[in-house]
Amino acid sequence: MNAADRIARGLFAFYFVAFFVYLFAPLAIMAAATFNTSRFPTITPWQGTTLDWFNQLAADTGMWQSLRTSILVAFFVVAVALPIGTAAALMLTSLHARARSFLYAVMVSPLLTPGVVVGISTLVLWRQLGVGGGIFLIVLAQASFIICYVMLMVAARLQRFDRTQEEAAIGLGASKFMMFRRVMLPFLKPALIAAAFLAVLQSIENYNTTLFVRGFDTPLTVYIATKVRTGLTPAVNALALIMIAVTIIGAIVYEVVRRRSRSSIDV
Amino acid sequence: MAELYRRFGSGLGTLFLALVAVWLAGMVLAPNLMMIDYAFRPNLLPAEIGGPRDVYSLDNILYLANESVHRTIFFKTVWASALVAFLTLVVCYPPAYWLAQRATPNHTAVVLLALTIPFWINEVLRTLAWYILLAFRGPLNAVLLALGIIDQPMRWYGDAGVLAGMVYAYILFMLFPIYNAIESLDRSQIEAARDLGASIWRTHWRVVIPHAKAGIATGCVFTFMLAAGSYVAPALLGAPGSRWFTEIIYNWFFEGGDWNRGAAYALVLLVLCLTVVLVTLRIARVNLTDVAK
Repeated sequence: MNAADRIARGLFAFYFVAFFVYLFAPLAIMAAATFNTSRFPTITPWQGTTLDWFNQLAADTGMWQSLRTSILVAFFVVAVALPIGTAAALMLTSLHARARSFLYAVMVSPLLTPGVVVGISTLVLWRQLGVGGGIFLIVLAQASFIICYVMLMVAARLQRFDRTQEEAAIGLGASKFMMFRRVMLPFLKPALIAAAFLAVLQSIENYNTTLFVRGFDTPLTVYIATKVRTGLTPAVNALALIMIAVTIIGAIVYEVVRRRSRSSIDV
Repeated sequence: MAELYRRFGSGLGTLFLALVAVWLAGMVLAPNLMMIDYAFRPNLLPAEIGGPRDVYSLDNILYLANESVHRTIFFKTVWASALVAFLTLVVCYPPAYWLAQRATPNHTAVVLLALTIPFWINEVLRTLAWYILLAFRGPLNAVLLALGIIDQPMRWYGDAGVLAGMVYAYILFMLFPIYNAIESLDRSQIEAARDLGASIWRTHWRVVIPHAKAGIATGCVFTFMLAAGSYVAPALLGAPGSRWFTEIIYNWFFEGGDWNRGAAYALVLLVLCLTVVLVTLRIARVNLTDVAK
């Protein structure tokens, strides 16, 4: 190992530490600011330790209203995206190579479209039909690209599906519907659960698309962003702290489900 | 299509076909066509719609070309988004390489899970974290002052803040494609390069980076698209002098009241992003099928 290589290694070790500081310091500071009495969320200077911002958060009715809106939207997004995404994946696997790669390109195109454009195009179409922004449009706009994620996850699982199972079920006298319900759906179940998780998280975290189609409804992300403009207090940090905790739990559950679905294939 | 019906029968086959049609025609194609229609029509009073002035024209697009402030912001957004993609690449390449080639499987699993945590937390909160960190009387200025690196607090909101927040927000979209690409590189190739006397830098430049080209292109494309279409980072971390193209679009819709012009601007943004995506993928010879993994 020559000197240049040793320098490179030293630099890299330093870099790796810096990378993780960059990744986690902002979140740690945001979470820590919840416990500072300072009205503007910060950790410098530390004016005193308090739990009062959690009470302030609990008393914030607008926040709870926006959380209800977000959960409602996420519920409907899952209800729309799971069946359509599954149908799209099944359709892809029933096509021949050329038609498949064309349809695939069409189906992933919403992922390559900027979020604001997804919101705007949905908004103008429905204005023409006399429907204004609101929960209905938020669901449609979000689902239009969240379906892509569902499609990709179901398609990935379908690649490992043994088609002889399908033929065996039919050969043993099952109807096509029975085959779908008793053979295919159980096989797809882990992917569907993981896709539903991902869809909920994607829906609740969305801002760029939602902003344009929200009308007079205020989902959580919009509420938080508005708070920054109209009077940010550490009550928002308390909310962030709770969401960080919830997302970490969600991520772990998702990871467990994913690993389980992977190991069930290896059997 | 025949295969779909053969596999699932006429009832389920038709249902699947209908669901996909509702999605692609109703939720993707129709909205975009209507946006194009809006973009090429003038903004008229309700009474004038369908009248002699209601004709297609390029006026809304030309307005963007001729209005110097908007034009400048547009080009700045393109340039800054490319810069975000480049910076994110520089930040992500070393850890991606380490994870893919040097780390033990256990380390990789733990680090990958840790990396996904900021990603699972939503973009507004990630940006809010930077808003707090970069505040004038915030922790970053306090640390830099205490270390004696600066002797006056800095105003971070503006271009620097937007760049930092965006690179942070899109790390995962860059890191995972590169990680996947480098992981498929056989380690013996790296060892061969080393044995033949190549330095670390040369090994990366001539062996690892060419191999990871597809992953790098995919990561850059996604990051560019997300940055150009982002609203929250410039809105929270920006300053009046660092306006983003999406903010101009928003103003046409909700403050200027000219949806046609807003739709035209959105169309320009869409065409820009699709062009960048397709050209970059073509240059790097990446198939669209491999992008969305």
